[in-house]
Amino acid sequence: MRPFLYEKAADAAEAVHFFAQRAQAKYLGGGTNLVDLMRENIERPEIVIDVTGLSREIRDVDDGGLVIDAGTKNTTVASHRTVRERYPVLAQAILAGASAQIRNMATVGGNLMQRTRCYYFYDDAARCNKRERGKGCDAIEGFNRIHAILGASSHCVATHPSDMCVALAALDAIVYLEGPQGARHLRLVDLHRLPGDTPDIETELRAGELITAVEIPALPFAIRSTYRKVRDRSSYAFALVSVAAALDVDDKGNVRDVRLALGGVAHKPWRATAAEQALRGAPASEENFRRAAEAELKDAVGLAGNAFKIELAKRVIVNTLQKLAMESGAGS
Amino acid sequence: MTARTIHFTLNGAPVTADIKPHHNLVELLQTHFGLTGARESCGQGLCGCCTVLVDGRAVSGCLFLAVRIDGTEVVTIEGLDAGGKLNPMQEAFVETGAFQCGYCTPGFILMANQLLDAHPDPDDDQIRHYLSGNLCRCAAYPQIIDAVKLAAKKRKTIAA
Amino acid sequence: MSIIMDVMKTAVRLAPGSWLPGGTPDPLMNKHGLIGKPASRIDGPLKVQGKARFAAEVSLPGLVYASLLYSTIARGRIATLETAEAEAAPGVALVMTYRNAPRMAPPPLMMSAPKAAGASGLPIMQDAEIRWNGQPVALVLAQTQEQADHAVSLIRVTYAVAPAVTSFDAAKAKARTPENILGEPSSIEIGDAEKALKDAAFKVDLIYRTPRHNHNAIELHAATVAWNGDQLTVHDATQMVNGTAWTLAQVFGVKEEQVRVLSPYVGGGFGGKGLGDHQILAIAASRLSGRPVRILLSREGVYRVVGGRTTTEQRVALGAKPDGTLAALIHTGVAATPTRNVCPEQFSFPARHLYAANAIKVAQQVTDMDMLANIFMRAPGESVGTYALECAIDELAEAMQLDPIELRRRIEPEKDPTSGTPFSSRHLVEAYRHGAERFGWDRRDPTPRSRREGEWLIGMGCATATYPYYRMPGGAARIRLTADGRAIVQMASHEMGMGTATVQAQHAAERLGLEYEKVSFEYGDTSLPSGTLAGGSSQTASIAAAIIAVSEVLTKELLKLAGNDSPLAGLKPDEVEARDGGLCHVDEPGRFESYVSILKRAHRDELVCEAEAPQPFEMWKYSMHSYGAQFCEVRVNAVTGEIRVSRFLGSFDCGRILNAKTATSQFKGGIIMGLGLALSEETLFDERSGRIMNPSLAEYHVPVHMDVPAIEVIWTDIPDPHSPLGAHGIGEIGITGVGAAVANAVYNATGKRIRELPITLDKLL
Repeated sequence: MRPFLYEKAADAAEAVHFFAQRAQAKYLGGGTNLVDLMRENIERPEIVIDVTGLSREIRDVDDGGLVIDAGTKNTTVASHRTVRERYPVLAQAILAGASAQIRNMATVGGNLMQRTRCYYFYDDAARCNKRERGKGCDAIEGFNRIHAILGASSHCVATHPSDMCVALAALDAIVYLEGPQGARHLRLVDLHRLPGDTPDIETELRAGELITAVEIPALPFAIRSTYRKVRDRSSYAFALVSVAAALDVDDKGNVRDVRLALGGVAHKPWRATAAEQALRGAPASEENFRRAAEAELKDAVGLAGNAFKIELAKRVIVNTLQKLAMESGAGS
Repeated sequence: MTARTIHFTLNGAPVTADIKPHHNLVELLQTHFGLTGARESCGQGLCGCCTVLVDGRAVSGCLFLAVRIDGTEVVTIEGLDAGGKLNPMQEAFVETGAFQCGYCTPGFILMANQLLDAHPDPDDDQIRHYLSGNLCRCAAYPQIIDAVKLAAKKRKTIAA
Repeated sequence: MSIIMDVMKTAVRLAPGSWLPGGTPDPLMNKHGLIGKPASRIDGPLKVQGKARFAAEVSLPGLVYASLLYSTIARGRIATLETAEAEAAPGVALVMTYRNAPRMAPPPLMMSAPKAAGASGLPIMQDAEIRWNGQPVALVLAQTQEQADHAVSLIRVTYAVAPAVTSFDAAKAKARTPENILGEPSSIEIGDAEKALKDAAFKVDLIYRTPRHNHNAIELHAATVAWNGDQLTVHDATQMVNGTAWTLAQVFGVKEEQVRVLSPYVGGGFGGKGLGDHQILAIAASRLSGRPVRILLSREGVYRVVGGRTTTEQRVALGAKPDGTLAALIHTGVAATPTRNVCPEQFSFPARHLYAANAIKVAQQVTDMDMLANIFMRAPGESVGTYALECAIDELAEAMQLDPIELRRRIEPEKDPTSGTPFSSRHLVEAYRHGAERFGWDRRDPTPRSRREGEWLIGMGCATATYPYYRMPGGAARIRLTADGRAIVQMASHEMGMGTATVQAQHAAERLGLEYEKVSFEYGDTSLPSGTLAGGSSQTASIAAAIIAVSEVLTKELLKLAGNDSPLAGLKPDEVEARDGGLCHVDEPGRFESYVSILKRAHRDELVCEAEAPQPFEMWKYSMHSYGAQFCEVRVNAVTGEIRVSRFLGSFDCGRILNAKTATSQFKGGIIMGLGLALSEETLFDERSGRIMNPSLAEYHVPVHMDVPAIEVIWTDIPDPHSPLGAHGIGEIGITGVGAAVANAVYNATGKRIRELPITLDKLL
């Protein structure tokens, strides 16, 4: 690994201060992705700012929501009682990812900042617009089983690999930031970008901005939520397709509210707004679930290796919603 | 870049080491302390060969920057047996034949101990899930389940 | 195998063991004492403490660390090579490229000489030529590993790219028939199989495809090497210490005796731990720098320089008569190979020996591709060959509306179908019977999609496992019998975890009539008597034959030493047997003298004997194979196509089982690697660049704990009367047949025949 400077920040302000000192700076959470990429010589920071010394609490918010500090370990979140009770989808998503050792190291902030697992991104010898803008993309005509079917561009077909983010997208989490220009917040669904012609720019973070916390707003019906991940082996494989879902069905069997997000299909955790819209107020039936899935995947584009994901995604959406409907006593 | 001195506890003994920020925990243990039980295999934190306990938590040493263990308590496989006597998990691994080549075994044993600390009586699926961050290409997985269960029994006998 | 043939032809000294053809079977084959006992691994305590030192963990004073730079093109020449920045980087002791590498002979290609171990025979860092994508183009030595890795990243190379053959389809169009396939004929035709197929009452004619695989032993390939003058010491992770030593001697122009290779622990091999470019480059760099060198490949590095199992495309066509016997058996196809290679993925081997048919046609071709040389990977050929053949058998059985086990019973041959030689020991039908009973095969509904639980479709399948019995010529063993009645058995053999040391200690103790605790087995060091490689499931029989040979010599020597004052006086070797720490008359056990007594009376501290194993004549007299019946139950998700193997049983017929514990581990480990082959493993070779795109354990999917169900293994335990101890090696049989058992179960569950591995969920949507 290329040598670098290391600073451990006591608080967010100090972290932001350190960041400004070098052109190539990186915040370091658990390091499970960043250190990997540094070892691969893909990431080459001059300075690494360790932000795990920042507070790492999980706090209840008055309205029933939850705030999770960015430095909180994934294991801590997944085993947190409130998380498991109120947001089972989040606990399940975290446990579906990586391994116990990695979850013990990885932080919430770092998880959000994970980079793609595209084979061509990882291989210095391949062309990759994400590594080097304008170079070309070897994945489009190459191995693209694990690549995007939604929102991709002719410049990049990579996917975002996080499971946790898919749950957070469904839960409409808010991401708190601190940067040289002060503090602000973003909806998680607005944090990650689609590739367009600048796949190297992956998030809406401004230079030096640090993720300090994630807030999960109150969502009472998330008690009935779930994460379903379909992959090529039972652990340590990134999602081919995953679905985070919460469903609220009224007495008449109609969908009062629904949250749906997809993983493994796009450059960002994919909030399925079209499907949600199609379902709100409609009877919670298999037919409607299918219709909603079709609406969401309407613009999906398959490549040689991943076209199967279009049908797979639809099926997993329907199946997951069916199960939630059944649990709530409705459904078909 | 600039070296720094870190202080930590290694298998119960206070130690110091001069390291650089880009050194990882496996390198540190191997080159500074001659401890080779934590080994690199995948280099990406997923195979579990480099498992080390830092403040009681299992981590992947190959992705863990050595600089971060300043002030922590580190336990490696070499710290498990008391004066050469195998601990119950180590005994159970030998007795059930829960490994072949033995390269991945230290990582499995550390993780399996963590599992029993948290769940003294795990079922097969719990074992499979908990140990899914440890790869064994010789594929002694079925015997590892036997070993964890045997170790659970041994622990209970000792406790009683 | 041709090499064995050659040795046989030149064998001047005929020294058959008493158990060889023409003699009487090894008396130990039926003896129940230490043989078969589930002894725990001798090296177990060391390994669970993390104290077994592997090749990269040996420390030497003044050690420097190596790192490699790999080419990024498949064919061409190095155009420019800038190393100045790397040379100036902190800690760097040497940058080696083709410009300054010492002149070295190419390593002789495997099978070109008895101990040749080269995988390709290509020159190593001797010129600017690039011959595969991933070829090492530079090596850096530095004071620490990370300094070496960093310096490598500072080297700049450009290439003059030449056209490369990296597409299998393109290469297949020019496929050629090699002179032989590992010494066997490339093709065999008995009768007119194509015509018989055409005329058959029932027939299937199918194409199967299998991808590349990598071994992915958890231990990375590594060596710690040092020169002392012209004496070379190599601490290696290898399955062939003697082959490595001899081949290195040829490469570096020294004598074989000047090279010592040690390899006491190997962190998994599966065929992949042989002699690669990495050891040779480390040794060259050590010579150039005058420093001891450690090379530890990165995971990516292993993929770049150590080949694996290659792509195959296979045709299996079967024609059956109405009575269920075979009129025609055809197994042909192509394996992707580079021009210079000895690993043709012998997928056609099972079809040569497994089933009776009126007409048989087997034929195998290879290609000339610009790619890294394949090397053997667990049951090379048989693993993927049985996938095609045993799937086709299942398809034929269905066409005939016959139970697939019944079909196999009807085509069970009386003698080897292609060589005509008798089988030494074959109990496949029995293995099927036991296995079927135990697995509950009778609960299988032959109609696909007939069992379902919720969204899970459940199916069962079975397939035959088979792997040849091999015993390699050339091994010798030494016994040191000490005055305190202990025996140290020595042979330069290998322990990658199979249980070699444990099992051979059990064997030697039983053979010598000693307590198990009084026998130790030393191995993994070329300073010991020369062993044979650990490959082809041959090592157990090879070592056992050498131990038998040396124990016969030992008996003779002991009788000489005992002299006329012994109760044994006047007895001939065949009149005595070893028992209770000494020798006694076969018929009068009272005529006994202990080893301790014999040595004491003779005033000897120890008695040392050494003998070479006899040539493997048994392999020419008999058709010798191991067999098994693999049973699989799968659950396939009707919504997503996800496949979960829910139960697996292997019923094996591999002669006498020597240690129930280590054998179970070998069988199950083989089966689990077979599950990987069936469901998830694939090396992604980008045909545009000839580059492997998933050189990591994250993206190459070996089975994880959660993929593995409860597995049961049973065995016939019927000794082969024509092998030492009645035993066969069992390292590879476990993986064979698994791909087909899974595929056949998937068909039974879903009604879909998947004829291309791996069986991923998209193929079932």
